[in-house]
Amino acid sequence: MASLTATAPATVLASGRRSRDANTPSVVFLIGLWASLFFGVVVLLVLIISTAIDALPRLDGPLVADYYSGIRPEQTGFRAGILGSMWLMLGTALLAVPLGIASALYLEEFADRHRWYNKLIEVNLQNLAAVPSVVYGLLAVAAMSVLGFDRSGIVLGGSIALALLILPVVIITTREAVRAVPREIREGSMALGATVWQTTWRQTLPSAVPGIATGTILGLSRAIGEAAPLLLLGVAIGVRFDPNGFLSVFTALPIQIYTSTSQSQEEFQTAAAAAIIVLLVMILGMNAMAIYIRNKFQRTW
Amino acid sequence: MPSSTSTSAAGPPSGAGLRPVSLQGRRRPGEAVIKAVLFVSAMISIVTTAGIIITLVRPSLDFFAEVEVLAFLTGTDWGPTRGEFGILPLVKATLLITLIALIVAVPVGLGAAMYLSEYASRRTRKIFKPVLELLAGVPSVVYGFFALAVVTPWLLQDLLNLEVGFTNALAAGLVLGVMIVPTVASLAEDAMSAVPLALRQGSLAMGANRMQTTLRVVFPAALSGIGAAIVLGLSRAVGETMIVALAAGALPSTSLDPREGMQAMTGYMATTAGGENPVGSLEYNTLFAVGLTLFVITLVINVISIRLIRRFRQEY
Amino acid sequence: MPNSPQTFSVREDARVASEESQQVHVGSLVEAAGDGDRRLPDAPPDPVMEAYGLNVFYGDFHAVHDVNLSFGKHEITALIGPSGCGKSTVLRCLNRMNDLVPGARVEGEISYHGQNIYAKGVDPIAVRTHIGMVFQKPNPFPKSIYDNIAYGPRVIGMKVDSMDDVVEEALRGAALWEEVKDKLKQSAYSLSGGQQQRLCIARTIATKPDVILMDEPCSALDPIATSRIEDLMGGLRDEYTIVIVTHNMQQAARVSDRTAFFTARPDETTGNRTGLLVEYDLTSRIFANPHDKRTEDYISGRFG
Repeated sequence: MASLTATAPATVLASGRRSRDANTPSVVFLIGLWASLFFGVVVLLVLIISTAIDALPRLDGPLVADYYSGIRPEQTGFRAGILGSMWLMLGTALLAVPLGIASALYLEEFADRHRWYNKLIEVNLQNLAAVPSVVYGLLAVAAMSVLGFDRSGIVLGGSIALALLILPVVIITTREAVRAVPREIREGSMALGATVWQTTWRQTLPSAVPGIATGTILGLSRAIGEAAPLLLLGVAIGVRFDPNGFLSVFTALPIQIYTSTSQSQEEFQTAAAAAIIVLLVMILGMNAMAIYIRNKFQRTW
Repeated sequence: MPSSTSTSAAGPPSGAGLRPVSLQGRRRPGEAVIKAVLFVSAMISIVTTAGIIITLVRPSLDFFAEVEVLAFLTGTDWGPTRGEFGILPLVKATLLITLIALIVAVPVGLGAAMYLSEYASRRTRKIFKPVLELLAGVPSVVYGFFALAVVTPWLLQDLLNLEVGFTNALAAGLVLGVMIVPTVASLAEDAMSAVPLALRQGSLAMGANRMQTTLRVVFPAALSGIGAAIVLGLSRAVGETMIVALAAGALPSTSLDPREGMQAMTGYMATTAGGENPVGSLEYNTLFAVGLTLFVITLVINVISIRLIRRFRQEY
Repeated sequence: MPNSPQTFSVREDARVASEESQQVHVGSLVEAAGDGDRRLPDAPPDPVMEAYGLNVFYGDFHAVHDVNLSFGKHEITALIGPSGCGKSTVLRCLNRMNDLVPGARVEGEISYHGQNIYAKGVDPIAVRTHIGMVFQKPNPFPKSIYDNIAYGPRVIGMKVDSMDDVVEEALRGAALWEEVKDKLKQSAYSLSGGQQQRLCIARTIATKPDVILMDEPCSALDPIATSRIEDLMGGLRDEYTIVIVTHNMQQAARVSDRTAFFTARPDETTGNRTGLLVEYDLTSRIFANPHDKRTEDYISGRFG
């Protein structure tokens, strides 16, 4: 946007004089900015490469096929965590998506923006988006006890914590996707005698689906890496079986990475590095899917 | 004039003027139910906030029935198993680590933002913005591992020859800083891009070069947005758990030396939650007292940030 | 001018009004029509819709002032005038589309077959099933041609024996059937601008309304597409009552039976312009021999 070249007066006057942007402070400044930009890239590369190097010895089949082993660190596997995380994502999506879409539709299509309670909802969403993830863990513990469960470290508990965590993201993305549908489409529908809900359900929402899907997947790709709320919930560590339902005891990949990293033996460190690679691959895959959906299905009006 | 009001359903065959006209609405209970369902969904956000407050406050009240608030907030000895409940060491650790993180994130984030907003071509922006997004997408537990396994041994001990502990605030702070660079950079870049072209052109027309224009015109003009970006980064840093839990340390300390290990508020919560404390005990309730303190701190920071964002949105 | 003895002159009032406060008083209309029937002079004999004392406000802004109009069955009534005179606002009142604008307030009465559509208890959705609307920019739905037409009947719960027949009848009514009959399943966006607008017309008549409102339906189209739609309107008149807002005077002169000319008066305090009705008469008379000077100025091109 702001790529401005040297202005005309400078070039007219400067016959043989250096461009004003080439004096020493400017060059130093520019180098500083370049360095800032590349800093992130460099760190990311170092992180990925060093972790990959650490992980090499353990990038094998048993990593994903075997269970965690505290006694034999060289054989420890993350199968329970991988499957647990998948179940967790399913549960999170099942909770967050309907709730998020419903809230967004209400705020965009049905709510009178000047009412106090609707303003309160908006302010609330902004605050919730910035609550630390640990606090969501505490909230989920309380919610599970209110719902009457003895243990909170089951898939349902984790799903509640993470669904509430990514709810603001889902709501914001849905609202933007809904807003992108032009007014004329809604007016055309209403002029034919459709109700607000009919218009929303038959016109607005179907057109907004690609945007909603993209936003949800991006939200989930954030949720899959979260460990703090799960720790607070008391999600188990040494799980040696596959999860079998939403009420099942489980463990998640980030938790296993945390545990493995905390152990001093080198084999655990290697295993942790390998598990990180697996997690990063999963996240990358989800992001790629989101981008694919957006590019393939997004309608430009 | 025909003014029949027989109640026929909408959508009769044509024959303008002669068919019965009913303008009284069909009873539409379905629409009202749907609106109610959607409203209830939207209320979830309020229920969540209320839930958070209740969850944190109730056990905290139990806690503060036994521990004096002032002693809690100003005490410098944190050792719940020993009966000591002064939270200052935890708060100090959080703030020190956050400060280190900001020292990294603010210059780097603002620098990247300035470059992307003022100097970068469209192609450069197209390449680097996704890279920044990627940086933001790395889970914090991965950053924690990175701090423990790479930063402390290679960077700090080998490269810089520092005497650091296995866990130390410096490594945690540095890595935390890297994690919040995208947050700071993206919001700051939005703020700077929103400054009108006319301001830049005015400066350049007066003979200033790009650096002077960026620093003296664009930067001040975008100040409230940049402030919001920094405050948002601050908020994320304070609330971050996994990095400090893994890399900062598990023992509370009053030292201000970043080369030592020290336990932060979130680190304490992560460690204690997995512990053996019976529910309802004083030790268990420390979780909520610390959590409440953390929540209040981040809430205050966020209110400031939202105010700044609103001011920046209004300006242009 | 063939005035029946009991009618008085709207133009008379208008001249008086322009001298005094530039208002058309509803009261004077009501009391002067001595047969107890609130009829406008030279009003259509069989009005389907009538507006009495219509005032529209957007928040504090007085958008339209005191409009009285009457729309005759199987007639085309044109609303003309320079931009910003509230013509579209008045049109959107006729099917309660202004309800969708936050802060919009409507005072006065609009009667449809004798019932005030703004009365308490009236369902705006029901109103819109009888009074359809075609918009300025063609706005087909992102669906197939078939589904665009079928949408209306489906959402209002119209009982049909064969949706295929309904769709075909609507497309024939809009003079579009021959062009699309082989590609009904294609997206509506594959049509040209003029075809899309005819699709929108077909969509509107599929629900078998009484009245069709058209808000500058040709302003986004090229002259050929425009003339096809004008031809279409002539045919539609036999089955429906049409009210059209248009910027194009010649179009109004070509297609309409009656014409209402609007102008805008700046508000003393805010400087915003309030729309008001100046003259309403048979098209032939308005264009040949208008009674208000403002009408004459507009028609002769002196302003606007």
